[in-house]
Amino acid sequence: MEFSLFPRDLFADLERLQRQVHRAFEFSPSIRGFARGGFPALNVASTPQSVEIYAFAPGLEPKSIDVQLERGVLSIAGERKPALPGERERATVHVNERFAGRFHRVITLSDDLDPNEVRAAYREGVLHISIKRLESAQPRRINVN
Amino acid sequence: MNEQTAVRRGGDETAAIEQPALLPPVDVVEDDSGITLYADLPGVPKDKLSVQADGETLIIDGEMALEMPKDLEATHVEVNLPRYRRVFSLSKELDPGKLSAELKHGVLKLRIQKAERAKPRRIEVTG
Repeated sequence: MEFSLFPRDLFADLERLQRQVHRAFEFSPSIRGFARGGFPALNVASTPQSVEIYAFAPGLEPKSIDVQLERGVLSIAGERKPALPGERERATVHVNERFAGRFHRVITLSDDLDPNEVRAAYREGVLHISIKRLESAQPRRINVN
Repeated sequence: MNEQTAVRRGGDETAAIEQPALLPPVDVVEDDSGITLYADLPGVPKDKLSVQADGETLIIDGEMALEMPKDLEATHVEVNLPRYRRVFSLSKELDPGKLSAELKHGVLKLRIQKAERAKPRRIEVTG
């Protein structure tokens, strides 16, 4: 029997395969939900003195972003207004891929961070949060006599 | 008749094509007078963004410029390339000469006007 209404789509097959491979490699997703794919996308990096978080959150009002750090758990929340026209306007939406609505992302960071030494800046749609490590947790050279 | 109006704003065309890039998410909305395109390009400053339109294609190319301290070591990565690129085919009724671009908080808003003759006309149905 021919399923001509549902022909095999090579691109759809590839996409499905890619998703499966991706999932198979996420050995231990975080208990707080999806490790990837949420809004905003997050990159985290560290230096001996600090932890640097980059949240790719374009199109927000800087003042409306809610950033909280509590016991090594960082939460970023806010809302992105849709750019699309309302239903009453005479316009056609051809593509709608961008995220719209409320968001809330939580990540667990290490517990050697100093909650009093946090800087957050929003530039070109990227929220950069820099958290210093506690003085006591920083590597220190020990003199040998 | 061949319309080959080129809009070029910065960027090195040949260098951009070779490098791998992320596909930025977009919204495209059409109304009577033209098309509006929104593209998420977080991290791209104005001087690293290139928007090119000729008669047939629209190319958006942007490179991130993030402030990074030294000795940085990535521990969790969701955005794995510092570049965005996306190409669209333009249809004939759009006038690439009438293109305006605005970049704010990492969102590019592009407006392409329709050529005068392509604007919708109401067609009377008789009979």
